[in-house]
Amino acid sequence: MAAELLSGDVSVGQEVPPLEKDVMPVTVVLGAMASRDWRPQHHDYMFATNNNGVQDIFMNTPNLAAWFERYLTDWTGPKGRIGRIKFRMKDSVFPGDQMNFAGKVMGIEPATDGISWLDVTIELTAGEKSCVSCEARIAVPDDAGANPWKLKGDDWKP
Amino acid sequence: MADASADDLPEEVKGWIGQARYEEKTEFPIEMGYVLTTCSATQNGNPLYWDEKVANELTDGFITLPTMVSVWFRPHDWSPGRTEPAVPLQLHFDLKDRLGLPEAVMSDNTIVFGEPIRPGDELTTTQILYSVSPLKTTKLGTGRFWDFGVRIVNQNGDLCAEERYTGFGYNRG
Repeated sequence: MAAELLSGDVSVGQEVPPLEKDVMPVTVVLGAMASRDWRPQHHDYMFATNNNGVQDIFMNTPNLAAWFERYLTDWTGPKGRIGRIKFRMKDSVFPGDQMNFAGKVMGIEPATDGISWLDVTIELTAGEKSCVSCEARIAVPDDAGANPWKLKGDDWKP
Repeated sequence: MADASADDLPEEVKGWIGQARYEEKTEFPIEMGYVLTTCSATQNGNPLYWDEKVANELTDGFITLPTMVSVWFRPHDWSPGRTEPAVPLQLHFDLKDRLGLPEAVMSDNTIVFGEPIRPGDELTTTQILYSVSPLKTTKLGTGRFWDFGVRIVNQNGDLCAEERYTGFGYNRG
């Protein structure tokens, strides 16, 4: 995890360091249970293949959201505060896939109190599959003394 | 404000637009166990969730991962006395039923985050229908798009998050 990303460290078009993760059955099942998603297609191979007509159990959306959050905050450090995130689900992630997260900075916008917004797009792919597209807006400090988590009420406008 | 909607909707559905409905409270106080399990599942070493000293310094104590917001409203798989399975996003299922559209998919999901959710919080959620489109035909079939939101507030009335969904309910073509 980065110590602390400042807005001045970032430029439009910059790539977020990639993340690769091999997906195992436990990756799917542990993530589903952690997100309280008890639906059988995320832990029961026979149900997933017979009822959903897919090749295996597959990653659930709330768990993928947590993976996107981890990807962003690995880059920003703990002061990075997500304000907005949008997902478009396109294909499933199965055991045996390798998840590849690749992000790019699309915009930088000053906010308030030494804070700036970074607009980032992220593509989650697995081999040739494009699985999820994500747009995120995350607040980072302009200097070491600023902290996005201190913004409250009308000062926090994601 | 509600977006423009089709004018051929049943009066009952028109009446839902812009109304906060399905108020629901969390079944248990927010706690760190699920937070750490989520961090473990995603190999997330962010010290905000593991190191109380860092949490005290940056966020005035432990908070939960923002993207976990929907986790707190997912019902237990079983609980005493329940005879019907609990369904999250009831509005979505009611629209399918009232509009006679048995199949549905969610195409987009946006979450806007507000006040952080903390251990011990008790949250309340409401669902708001913003718009329903005229009948449209896609490769899935003929149906309607609907745009709705889920607002989550804490015990102090602070807005913690709003989720926006676009659903498409349809009859197979």
